[in-house]
Amino acid sequence: MTKKITLAIVGLAGLALSGIAGAADIHTQSIASTCMSCHGPGGKSQGAIPSLAGLDKEYFVKSMKDFKAGTRAASIMKRHANGYTDAEVEAMAAYFAGLK
Amino acid sequence: MTLNRRDFLKVSGAGAAAALTGCATTASSARPHVVVVGAGFGGATCAKYLRQWGPNIDVTLIEPNDKFVSCPISNWVLGGLRTMDDITHGYDNLPRHGIKMVKDSVVAIDPAKRFVKTRSGASIAYDRLVLAPGIEILTGTVKGFNEAETTGKVVHAWKAGPQTALLRKQLEAMPDGGTFVMSVPAAPYRCPPGPYERACMVANYFKQAKPKSKIILLDGNPDVVSKKPLFTDAWNTLYPGMLDYRPNNAPLAVDGSKMTVTTEFDDVRGDVLNVVPRQRAGELCAMAGARNDSAGNWCAVNFTTFESTTVPNVHIIGDSVLSSLPKSGHMATNMAKICAAAIVELLAGRQPDPIPVVANTCYSATSSSTSGYVANVYRFEAGKGYVSAPEGGATPKGDALNFTYNESWAKNIWAEVLS
Repeated sequence: MTKKITLAIVGLAGLALSGIAGAADIHTQSIASTCMSCHGPGGKSQGAIPSLAGLDKEYFVKSMKDFKAGTRAASIMKRHANGYTDAEVEAMAAYFAGLK
Repeated sequence: MTLNRRDFLKVSGAGAAAALTGCATTASSARPHVVVVGAGFGGATCAKYLRQWGPNIDVTLIEPNDKFVSCPISNWVLGGLRTMDDITHGYDNLPRHGIKMVKDSVVAIDPAKRFVKTRSGASIAYDRLVLAPGIEILTGTVKGFNEAETTGKVVHAWKAGPQTALLRKQLEAMPDGGTFVMSVPAAPYRCPPGPYERACMVANYFKQAKPKSKIILLDGNPDVVSKKPLFTDAWNTLYPGMLDYRPNNAPLAVDGSKMTVTTEFDDVRGDVLNVVPRQRAGELCAMAGARNDSAGNWCAVNFTTFESTTVPNVHIIGDSVLSSLPKSGHMATNMAKICAAAIVELLAGRQPDPIPVVANTCYSATSSSTSGYVANVYRFEAGKGYVSAPEGGATPKGDALNFTYNESWAKNIWAEVLS
């Protein structure tokens, strides 16, 4: 029985992931996925790097704008924030807010 | 309770069903079949995202090795900060995505008939093929290297694995007051900051365990290739007097009996020699006829799809690609996602993202408690290739905060690639 439940959970997780990906346009889906190389699969991080999954949309947008402007202290994120347009930041914020 | 086949199909969906039945779908069937060769950072990630974004695609991942051994953090093993176990990971989670894993080597590719042949004799047909072989190390370009490598006297350790463990043993066996000689290949090569991070990791070990020892860094380039301020600051402030940096000193020959590296200028003797020869795209690319730049070393690709510019239906990702993008594990991982997204669109008869954006992040440790980074975001521009956004760049000095990010980065990217 335990085995069956585990398999069912794996199956559902797969569906959930593809469902979320399908909701975003392919450009947003791609750039958001590249964030996960540092911030962890599904936006869930291990260790010092913050998680992005479920982050408040407004907080995400403000953080990226502040990194870009240099008004928020940052190590690597100023370098990254400068590389994206405001529209891309908005779309990424919505994408990560939707990940649980 | 025994799980029967019908129960399994009911709960796990079509993708896992394909893995369960174990049949490599042929190119003529209704479900498209993508074959990915090489389960490193690029290949494993590409296979995973193909299944995630294209649930109707069958994906076969061919890899000869049982385990994934990470090149990033392998310098930390040389410095004694980590063990081989820490950088070695299993592929156990990948089949859960519905990826069919095949433990084998590809020995021939027929791009016209669209199939690959494996060492065990299997022919596997594909609709699209992704090659992620990493680099081929041109051991023949340094006279005597092949002999010295065969006898285990001199290694490159530029592909993490048994050579990493052997080089660590050689460093441990070296007496205090000994000399470690390392050569840096002429660019382009895998992991631009890698040689300089390795020098820092060995210096960190010597400082703790063998403080009278020296390091001679023979660079085949005119200057430090990557993160120069970061590394020169570390050499000057953390390891003063330990490191002798010699630019324009490509190794011409190595002698494992006399323990010398010969450059254009002199014979440099050391107690441990680490010669890293020049590199080119992995041999798989040559099998497909895709090592297509003027010198036949690297692979030119269409940057929105990573499809070869000369071999249709064959995509190349990672270190083998000819581009302005750095040859890093992180970049291979992110190229894999752009490539997977494009293949999903192409197989569905839609247009891929015309302006992909791909970021690189690379941390290097300068000691057992400090690291620095380089980061850039690259945006594709028609006619120009990938153009780096302004204000990308590197930290001038290593610090403790970036060391904690470096550790976290490794855990996260390993999970991203393999879980």
